[in-house]
Amino acid sequence: MRKPKIYPVRIKVNGEWRKTAVKAAETLLHTLREKLGQTEVKEGCGKGDCGACTVLLNGKAVNACLTLTLQAHGQEVTTLKGIGTRQTPHPLQESFVKHGAIQCGFCTAGMIMAAKALLDENPHPTREEIRQGISGNLCRCTGYQKIVVAIEAVSSQRTEKK
Amino acid sequence: MEFIKPQNVNETLRALKKWGRKGLLVAGGTNVLPDLRARKISPEALIDISRLESLSFIKAEKGGIRIGALTPIAVIAASTILQKKAPILCEAARHLGNPLVRNRATLGGNLAKSSPAADTAVPLLALEAVVAVQGAGARKRRIPLDQFFLGPNRNALRAGEMIQEVSFPLPSPGSKMAYRKMGLRNAMAISVVSLGVLLDMRKGICRRIRIAFGAVAPKPIRIYQAENVLLGKEITPELLQACGTQAEKEISPITDIRAGAEYRRAMVSVLLQRVLSEALGMGT
Repeated sequence: MRKPKIYPVRIKVNGEWRKTAVKAAETLLHTLREKLGQTEVKEGCGKGDCGACTVLLNGKAVNACLTLTLQAHGQEVTTLKGIGTRQTPHPLQESFVKHGAIQCGFCTAGMIMAAKALLDENPHPTREEIRQGISGNLCRCTGYQKIVVAIEAVSSQRTEKK
Repeated sequence: MEFIKPQNVNETLRALKKWGRKGLLVAGGTNVLPDLRARKISPEALIDISRLESLSFIKAEKGGIRIGALTPIAVIAASTILQKKAPILCEAARHLGNPLVRNRATLGGNLAKSSPAADTAVPLLALEAVVAVQGAGARKRRIPLDQFFLGPNRNALRAGEMIQEVSFPLPSPGSKMAYRKMGLRNAMAISVVSLGVLLDMRKGICRRIRIAFGAVAPKPIRIYQAENVLLGKEITPELLQACGTQAEKEISPITDIRAGAEYRRAMVSVLLQRVLSEALGMGT
Protein backbone atom coordinates (compact mmCIF):
# COMPACT_ATOMS: atom_id res chain seq x y z
CA MET A 1 0.00 0.00 0.00
CA ARG A 2 1.16 3.49 -0.80
CA LYS A 3 2.14 5.68 2.09
CA PRO A 4 -0.72 8.09 2.77
CA LYS A 5 0.08 11.63 1.83
CA ILE A 6 0.52 14.10 4.67
CA TYR A 7 -0.04 17.81 4.22
CA PRO A 8 1.22 20.66 6.41
CA VAL A 9 -1.53 22.96 7.68
CA ARG A 10 -1.63 26.25 9.55
CA ILE A 11 -4.78 27.40 11.33
CA LYS A 12 -5.40 30.40 13.56
CA VAL A 13 -7.06 28.84 16.60
CA ASN A 14 -8.42 31.32 19.15
CA GLY A 15 -6.12 34.01 17.84
CA GLU A 16 -2.95 31.94 17.78
CA TRP A 17 -1.42 30.40 14.63
CA ARG A 18 -1.02 26.64 15.09
CA LYS A 19 0.78 24.25 12.76
CA THR A 20 0.37 20.54 12.25
CA ALA A 21 0.24 17.97 9.46
CA VAL A 22 -2.79 15.96 8.36
CA LYS A 23 -4.08 13.45 5.84
CA ALA A 24 -6.38 14.64 3.04
CA ALA A 25 -9.62 13.47 4.64
CA GLU A 26 -8.87 14.41 8.25
CA THR A 27 -11.65 16.45 9.85
CA LEU A 28 -11.15 19.72 11.66
CA LEU A 29 -12.75 18.05 14.69
CA HIS A 30 -10.09 15.34 14.80
CA THR A 31 -7.25 17.81 14.34
CA LEU A 32 -8.54 20.19 17.00
CA ARG A 33 -9.01 17.48 19.60
CA GLU A 34 -6.25 14.99 18.89
CA LYS A 35 -3.45 17.18 17.55
CA LEU A 36 -4.03 20.64 18.96
CA GLY A 37 -5.44 19.63 22.35
CA GLN A 38 -8.68 21.59 22.02
CA THR A 39 -10.78 19.02 23.81
CA GLU A 40 -13.48 21.59 24.58
CA VAL A 41 -14.68 20.78 21.04
CA LYS A 42 -16.82 17.69 21.58
CA GLU A 43 -17.40 14.76 19.29
CA GLY A 44 -20.99 13.55 19.37
CA CYS A 45 -22.23 11.90 16.20
CA GLY A 46 -19.31 12.78 13.94
CA LYS A 47 -21.63 13.29 10.97
CA GLY A 48 -23.26 16.65 11.36
CA ASP A 49 -26.41 15.62 13.19
CA CYS A 50 -25.74 16.83 16.74
CA GLY A 51 -23.73 20.08 16.74
CA ALA A 52 -21.56 19.13 19.73
CA CYS A 53 -18.48 20.04 17.68
CA THR A 54 -19.71 23.52 16.69
CA VAL A 55 -16.89 26.02 16.19
CA LEU A 56 -16.69 29.34 14.41
CA LEU A 57 -14.88 29.28 11.07
CA ASN A 58 -14.17 32.88 10.10
CA GLY A 59 -17.00 33.87 12.43
CA LYS A 60 -19.61 31.47 11.05
CA ALA A 61 -20.84 28.54 13.12
CA VAL A 62 -20.02 25.22 11.46
CA ASN A 63 -19.75 21.56 12.35
CA ALA A 64 -16.04 20.81 12.82
CA CYS A 65 -16.81 17.18 11.91
CA LEU A 66 -18.06 18.23 8.46
CA THR A 67 -15.10 20.46 7.71
CA LEU A 68 -11.84 19.12 6.29
CA THR A 69 -8.86 20.38 8.27
CA LEU A 70 -7.17 21.37 5.02
CA GLN A 71 -10.19 23.50 4.13
CA ALA A 72 -9.43 25.55 7.26
CA HIS A 73 -5.82 26.15 6.19
CA GLY A 74 -5.00 29.83 6.66
CA GLN A 75 -8.39 30.49 8.25
CA GLU A 76 -9.58 31.54 11.70
CA VAL A 77 -11.21 29.02 14.02
CA THR A 78 -12.78 29.97 17.34
CA THR A 79 -13.66 27.40 19.98
CA LEU A 80 -15.33 27.82 23.35
CA LYS A 81 -11.96 28.47 24.99
CA GLY A 82 -11.47 31.38 22.65
CA ILE A 83 -14.41 33.38 23.93
CA GLY A 84 -14.01 33.28 27.70
CA THR A 85 -11.91 32.03 30.62
CA ARG A 86 -12.67 30.99 34.17
CA GLN A 87 -11.69 34.48 35.35
CA THR A 88 -13.42 36.36 32.57
CA PRO A 89 -16.26 34.23 31.24
CA HIS A 90 -18.23 35.23 28.18
CA PRO A 91 -21.71 36.62 29.03
CA LEU A 92 -23.22 33.49 27.47
CA GLN A 93 -21.14 31.27 29.74
CA GLU A 94 -22.26 33.26 32.80
CA SER A 95 -25.84 33.17 31.68
CA PHE A 96 -25.82 29.40 31.04
CA VAL A 97 -24.54 28.85 34.60
CA LYS A 98 -26.96 31.34 36.13
CA HIS A 99 -30.02 29.89 34.38
CA GLY A 100 -29.15 26.24 34.85
CA ALA A 101 -28.84 25.77 31.12
CA ILE A 102 -26.30 23.00 31.69
CA GLN A 103 -27.28 19.48 32.63
CA CYS A 104 -24.74 16.86 31.56
CA GLY A 105 -22.78 19.56 29.79
CA PHE A 106 -21.87 17.65 26.66
CA CYS A 107 -23.76 19.93 24.28
CA THR A 108 -22.83 23.13 26.11
CA ALA A 109 -19.64 24.05 24.25
CA GLY A 110 -21.32 23.67 20.86
CA MET A 111 -24.54 25.24 22.06
CA ILE A 112 -22.72 28.37 23.29
CA MET A 113 -20.79 28.70 20.03
CA ALA A 114 -24.01 28.44 18.02
CA ALA A 115 -25.60 31.00 20.34
CA LYS A 116 -22.63 33.33 19.97
CA ALA A 117 -22.83 33.15 16.18
CA LEU A 118 -26.55 33.91 16.39
CA LEU A 119 -26.11 36.94 18.68
CA ASP A 120 -23.18 38.25 16.62
CA GLU A 121 -25.47 38.35 13.60
CA ASN A 122 -28.73 39.18 15.32
CA PRO A 123 -28.15 40.79 18.77
CA HIS A 124 -31.83 40.73 19.71
CA PRO A 125 -33.40 37.57 18.37
CA THR A 126 -36.95 36.55 19.15
CA ARG A 127 -37.52 33.32 21.03
CA GLU A 128 -38.36 31.63 17.76
CA GLU A 129 -35.16 32.95 16.17
CA ILE A 130 -33.18 31.60 19.13
CA ARG A 131 -34.80 28.19 18.69
CA GLN A 132 -33.92 28.25 15.01
CA GLY A 133 -30.41 29.49 15.78
CA ILE A 134 -29.66 26.45 17.93
CA SER A 135 -31.66 24.00 15.82
CA GLY A 136 -28.47 22.27 14.69
CA ASN A 137 -27.48 21.53 18.27
CA LEU A 138 -28.99 18.62 20.15
CA CYS A 139 -29.28 18.51 23.93
CA ARG A 140 -29.87 14.87 24.86
CA CYS A 141 -30.91 15.98 28.34
CA THR A 142 -33.62 17.99 26.50
CA GLY A 143 -32.80 21.09 28.53
CA TYR A 144 -33.76 23.40 25.70
CA GLN A 145 -36.07 25.69 27.62
CA LYS A 146 -33.35 26.89 29.99
CA ILE A 147 -30.88 27.19 27.15
CA VAL A 148 -33.28 29.46 25.27
CA VAL A 149 -33.89 31.50 28.42
CA ALA A 150 -30.12 31.84 29.01
CA ILE A 151 -29.53 33.10 25.48
CA GLU A 152 -32.49 35.45 25.68
CA ALA A 153 -31.13 36.90 28.96
CA VAL A 154 -27.83 37.81 27.27
CA SER A 155 -29.72 39.45 24.43
CA SER A 156 -31.83 41.59 26.78
CA GLN A 157 -28.82 42.49 28.96
CA ARG A 158 -27.36 44.04 25.87
CA THR A 159 -30.51 46.11 25.38
CA GLU A 160 -30.34 47.50 28.92
CA LYS A 161 -26.76 48.62 28.46
CA LYS A 162 -27.70 50.72 25.45
CA MET B 1 -5.82 9.90 -0.76
CA GLU B 2 -4.62 13.19 -2.14
CA PHE B 3 -5.83 16.70 -1.44
CA ILE B 4 -5.89 19.12 -4.33
CA LYS B 5 -6.73 22.77 -4.06
CA PRO B 6 -7.22 24.38 -7.45
CA GLN B 7 -6.96 28.16 -7.49
CA ASN B 8 -9.57 28.77 -10.18
CA VAL B 9 -12.21 27.10 -12.32
CA ASN B 10 -9.79 26.11 -15.10
CA GLU B 11 -7.47 24.39 -12.66
CA THR B 12 -10.48 22.63 -11.16
CA LEU B 13 -11.58 21.33 -14.55
CA ARG B 14 -8.06 20.11 -15.31
CA ALA B 15 -7.89 18.31 -11.96
CA LEU B 16 -11.27 16.70 -12.65
CA LYS B 17 -10.08 15.55 -16.05
CA LYS B 18 -6.85 14.13 -14.63
CA TRP B 19 -8.51 12.19 -11.83
CA GLY B 20 -11.72 11.20 -13.63
CA ARG B 21 -14.12 9.21 -11.46
CA LYS B 22 -11.42 8.87 -8.78
CA GLY B 23 -11.49 12.58 -8.04
CA LEU B 24 -14.24 14.07 -5.91
CA LEU B 25 -15.16 17.72 -5.65
CA VAL B 26 -15.62 18.97 -2.08
CA ALA B 27 -17.30 22.30 -1.44
CA GLY B 28 -19.10 22.61 1.91
CA GLY B 29 -18.44 18.94 2.62
CA THR B 30 -21.80 18.40 4.32
CA ASN B 31 -22.63 15.53 1.96
CA VAL B 32 -19.09 14.31 1.30
CA LEU B 33 -17.82 13.95 4.86
CA PRO B 34 -20.64 11.71 6.16
CA ASP B 35 -20.24 9.56 3.04
CA LEU B 36 -16.47 9.31 3.54
CA ARG B 37 -16.95 8.44 7.19
CA ALA B 38 -19.48 5.73 6.34
CA ARG B 39 -17.09 4.44 3.64
CA LYS B 40 -19.82 4.82 1.04
CA ILE B 41 -17.25 6.52 -1.17
CA SER B 42 -13.49 6.10 -1.48
CA PRO B 43 -12.09 8.72 -3.84
CA GLU B 44 -8.35 8.87 -4.51
CA ALA B 45 -8.34 12.65 -4.58
CA LEU B 46 -10.38 15.30 -2.80
CA ILE B 47 -10.57 18.42 -4.94
CA ASP B 48 -11.34 21.32 -2.62
CA ILE B 49 -13.35 24.07 -4.26
CA SER B 50 -14.66 25.63 -1.05
CA ARG B 51 -12.65 28.82 -1.60
CA LEU B 52 -13.38 29.41 -5.28
CA GLU B 53 -14.99 32.79 -4.69
CA SER B 54 -15.69 33.34 -8.40
CA LEU B 55 -18.48 30.75 -8.23
CA SER B 56 -20.18 32.31 -5.23
CA PHE B 57 -22.63 34.99 -6.36
CA ILE B 58 -26.28 35.94 -6.79
CA LYS B 59 -26.88 38.24 -9.74
CA ALA B 60 -30.14 39.71 -10.95
CA GLU B 61 -29.92 40.57 -14.63
CA LYS B 62 -32.42 41.67 -17.22
CA GLY B 63 -33.38 38.19 -18.32
CA GLY B 64 -33.19 36.47 -14.97
CA ILE B 65 -31.32 35.46 -11.87
CA ARG B 66 -27.98 33.69 -11.87
CA ILE B 67 -26.61 31.92 -8.81
CA GLY B 68 -23.07 30.56 -8.60
CA ALA B 69 -22.69 26.88 -7.73
CA LEU B 70 -20.63 27.64 -4.62
CA THR B 71 -23.11 30.09 -3.12
CA PRO B 72 -23.75 28.91 0.46
CA ILE B 73 -27.32 27.92 1.30
CA ALA B 74 -27.30 30.46 4.18
CA VAL B 75 -26.56 33.24 1.69
CA ILE B 76 -29.46 32.15 -0.52
CA ALA B 77 -31.75 31.98 2.51
CA ALA B 78 -30.87 35.55 3.50
CA SER B 79 -30.71 37.11 0.03
CA THR B 80 -32.93 40.19 -0.26
CA ILE B 81 -33.00 40.02 -4.05
CA LEU B 82 -34.14 36.39 -3.98
CA GLN B 83 -36.62 37.16 -1.23
CA LYS B 84 -38.17 39.68 -3.60
CA LYS B 85 -37.98 37.77 -6.89
CA ALA B 86 -38.06 34.11 -5.90
CA PRO B 87 -39.17 33.78 -2.26
CA ILE B 88 -39.83 30.04 -2.63
CA LEU B 89 -36.11 29.46 -3.14
CA CYS B 90 -35.27 31.38 0.07
CA GLU B 91 -37.89 29.46 1.96
CA ALA B 92 -36.56 26.10 0.78
CA ALA B 93 -33.02 27.22 1.65
CA ARG B 94 -34.17 28.20 5.15
CA HIS B 95 -35.50 24.68 5.67
CA LEU B 96 -32.37 22.85 4.47
CA GLY B 97 -30.55 21.06 7.29
CA ASN B 98 -29.78 23.45 10.14
CA PRO B 99 -27.90 26.76 10.52
CA LEU B 100 -24.51 25.03 10.85
CA VAL B 101 -25.06 23.01 7.69
CA ARG B 102 -26.44 26.01 5.79
CA ASN B 103 -23.25 27.97 6.46
CA ARG B 104 -21.23 25.31 4.62
CA ALA B 105 -23.57 23.58 2.16
CA THR B 106 -23.74 25.05 -1.33
CA LEU B 107 -26.38 25.22 -4.04
CA GLY B 108 -24.20 23.25 -6.47
CA GLY B 109 -23.60 20.56 -3.87
CA ASN B 110 -27.29 20.16 -3.12
CA LEU B 111 -28.04 19.66 -6.82
CA ALA B 112 -24.98 17.51 -7.58
CA LYS B 113 -25.88 15.10 -4.78
CA SER B 114 -29.22 14.70 -6.58
CA SER B 115 -31.18 13.34 -3.65
CA PRO B 116 -34.84 12.71 -4.52
CA ALA B 117 -35.54 15.04 -1.58
CA ALA B 118 -33.02 17.77 -2.55
CA ASP B 119 -34.46 20.87 -0.89
CA THR B 120 -33.38 23.50 -3.41
CA ALA B 121 -34.41 21.38 -6.42
CA VAL B 122 -38.14 21.77 -5.76
CA PRO B 123 -38.42 25.59 -5.99
CA LEU B 124 -35.86 25.64 -8.79
CA LEU B 125 -37.97 23.20 -10.83
CA ALA B 126 -40.98 25.47 -10.33
CA LEU B 127 -38.84 28.44 -11.41
CA GLU B 128 -37.75 26.49 -14.55
CA ALA B 129 -34.08 26.71 -13.68
CA VAL B 130 -31.27 25.72 -16.00
CA VAL B 131 -27.98 24.26 -14.77
CA ALA B 132 -24.78 25.35 -16.51
CA VAL B 133 -22.10 22.64 -16.41
CA GLN B 134 -18.64 22.47 -17.93
CA GLY B 135 -15.77 20.03 -18.34
CA ALA B 136 -12.13 20.71 -19.29
CA GLY B 137 -11.76 21.70 -22.93
CA ALA B 138 -15.47 21.27 -23.52
CA ARG B 139 -18.13 23.83 -24.17
CA LYS B 140 -20.46 24.87 -21.40
CA ARG B 141 -23.68 22.83 -21.46
CA ARG B 142 -26.98 24.23 -20.28
CA ILE B 143 -29.26 21.54 -18.89
CA PRO B 144 -32.86 22.32 -17.89
CA LEU B 145 -33.20 21.18 -14.29
CA ASP B 146 -36.03 18.77 -15.13
CA GLN B 147 -33.59 16.91 -17.39
CA PHE B 148 -30.68 17.16 -14.95
CA PHE B 149 -31.91 14.61 -12.42
CA LEU B 150 -31.94 11.02 -13.66
CA GLY B 151 -32.71 9.04 -10.50
CA PRO B 152 -31.69 8.68 -6.86
CA ASN B 153 -28.27 10.36 -6.57
CA ARG B 154 -27.88 10.25 -10.37
CA ASN B 155 -27.72 13.19 -12.72
CA ALA B 156 -26.71 14.26 -16.21
CA LEU B 157 -23.19 15.39 -15.24
CA ARG B 158 -20.58 13.64 -17.37
CA ALA B 159 -17.19 12.56 -16.02
CA GLY B 160 -15.01 15.63 -15.59
CA GLU B 161 -17.91 18.09 -15.54
CA MET B 162 -18.82 20.41 -12.70
CA ILE B 163 -21.84 22.61 -12.05
CA GLN B 164 -20.91 26.26 -12.47
CA GLU B 165 -24.15 28.11 -12.02
CA VAL B 166 -27.91 27.88 -11.92
CA SER B 167 -30.15 30.41 -13.60
CA PHE B 168 -33.85 31.00 -14.04
CA PRO B 169 -36.00 33.59 -15.80
CA LEU B 170 -37.40 36.34 -13.60
CA PRO B 171 -40.94 35.43 -12.59
CA SER B 172 -43.42 38.07 -13.72
CA PRO B 173 -44.08 40.69 -11.02
CA GLY B 174 -47.54 39.32 -10.27
CA SER B 175 -46.48 35.67 -10.08
CA LYS B 176 -47.84 33.84 -7.09
CA MET B 177 -45.61 31.32 -5.37
CA ALA B 178 -45.73 29.05 -2.38
CA TYR B 179 -43.54 26.35 -0.90
CA ARG B 180 -44.07 23.73 1.78
CA LYS B 181 -41.81 21.15 3.31
CA MET B 182 -43.26 18.38 5.39
CA GLY B 183 -40.66 16.71 7.58
CA LEU B 184 -40.68 14.75 10.80
CA ARG B 185 -39.25 17.71 12.68
CA ASN B 186 -38.45 21.33 11.94
CA ALA B 187 -34.65 21.17 11.74
CA MET B 188 -32.39 18.55 10.21
CA ALA B 189 -35.35 17.01 8.44
CA ILE B 190 -35.23 15.15 5.18
CA SER B 191 -38.56 15.78 3.47
CA VAL B 192 -41.44 13.39 3.69
CA VAL B 193 -43.00 15.51 0.94
CA SER B 194 -41.97 18.93 -0.30
CA LEU B 195 -43.56 21.04 -3.00
CA GLY B 196 -43.33 24.37 -4.71
CA VAL B 197 -45.81 26.11 -6.99
CA LEU B 198 -45.68 29.16 -9.23
CA LEU B 199 -48.79 30.63 -10.89
CA ASP B 200 -49.65 33.52 -13.13
CA MET B 201 -53.31 34.54 -13.08
CA ARG B 202 -54.95 36.96 -15.49
CA LYS B 203 -58.55 38.06 -15.07
CA GLY B 204 -59.21 35.09 -12.83
CA ILE B 205 -57.82 32.61 -15.35
CA CYS B 206 -54.71 30.53 -14.73
CA ARG B 207 -52.28 31.46 -17.52
CA ARG B 208 -49.14 29.76 -16.27
CA ILE B 209 -48.55 27.13 -13.66
CA ARG B 210 -45.57 25.11 -12.46
CA ILE B 211 -45.84 22.43 -9.80
CA ALA B 212 -42.77 20.63 -8.44
CA PHE B 213 -42.46 17.91 -5.81
CA GLY B 214 -39.61 16.38 -3.83
CA ALA B 215 -39.34 13.02 -2.06
CA VAL B 216 -42.27 11.40 -3.90
CA ALA B 217 -40.41 9.94 -6.90
CA PRO B 218 -36.88 8.67 -7.72
CA LYS B 219 -35.95 12.30 -8.36
CA PRO B 220 -37.39 15.77 -7.75
CA ILE B 221 -40.12 16.21 -10.39
CA ARG B 222 -42.47 18.59 -12.17
CA ILE B 223 -45.96 17.15 -12.55
CA TYR B 224 -47.10 18.34 -15.95
CA GLN B 225 -50.50 16.64 -16.21
CA ALA B 226 -51.65 18.11 -12.93
CA GLU B 227 -50.52 21.53 -14.14
CA ASN B 228 -52.68 21.07 -17.23
CA VAL B 229 -55.74 20.48 -15.08
CA LEU B 230 -55.57 24.12 -13.97
CA LEU B 231 -54.10 25.76 -17.05
CA GLY B 232 -56.47 28.11 -18.85
CA LYS B 233 -59.19 27.69 -16.25
CA GLU B 234 -60.79 29.61 -13.48
CA ILE B 235 -59.58 27.97 -10.29
CA THR B 236 -62.29 26.60 -8.02
CA PRO B 237 -62.03 24.31 -5.00
CA GLU B 238 -63.40 21.47 -7.18
CA LEU B 239 -60.70 22.04 -9.76
CA LEU B 240 -58.03 22.06 -7.05
CA GLN B 241 -59.31 18.70 -5.91
CA ALA B 242 -59.11 17.35 -9.46
CA CYS B 243 -55.57 18.70 -9.67
CA GLY B 244 -54.65 16.90 -6.45
CA THR B 245 -56.14 13.65 -7.72
CA GLN B 246 -54.17 13.94 -10.94
CA ALA B 247 -50.98 14.71 -8.96
CA GLU B 248 -51.36 11.41 -7.10
CA LYS B 249 -51.20 9.59 -10.45
CA GLU B 250 -47.97 11.25 -11.51
CA ILE B 251 -45.88 10.39 -8.51
CA SER B 252 -44.21 7.11 -7.50
CA PRO B 253 -43.43 7.38 -3.80
CA ILE B 254 -41.64 4.72 -1.81
CA THR B 255 -41.94 3.57 1.75
CA ASP B 256 -38.87 4.43 3.79
CA ILE B 257 -37.82 5.20 7.34
CA ARG B 258 -39.67 8.54 7.23
CA ALA B 259 -43.06 7.62 5.79
CA GLY B 260 -45.08 5.02 3.95
CA ALA B 261 -45.78 5.32 0.23
CA GLU B 262 -49.54 5.51 0.85
CA TYR B 263 -49.12 8.30 3.36
CA ARG B 264 -46.97 10.24 0.93
CA ARG B 265 -49.54 9.72 -1.83
CA ALA B 266 -52.32 11.05 0.40
CA MET B 267 -50.24 14.03 1.50
CA VAL B 268 -49.37 15.00 -2.08
CA SER B 269 -52.99 15.74 -2.86
CA VAL B 270 -53.74 17.43 0.46
CA LEU B 271 -50.61 19.59 0.48
CA LEU B 272 -50.98 20.53 -3.18
CA GLN B 273 -54.50 21.83 -2.60
CA ARG B 274 -53.38 23.72 0.50
CA VAL B 275 -50.30 25.25 -1.10
CA LEU B 276 -52.19 26.29 -4.24
CA SER B 277 -54.93 27.88 -2.10
CA GLU B 278 -52.28 29.66 -0.11
CA ALA B 279 -50.55 30.96 -3.24
CA LEU B 280 -53.90 32.18 -4.57
CA GLY B 281 -54.98 33.63 -1.24
CA MET B 282 -58.12 31.47 -1.38
CA GLY B 283 -57.88 30.17 2.17
CA THR B 284 -59.10 26.71 3.03
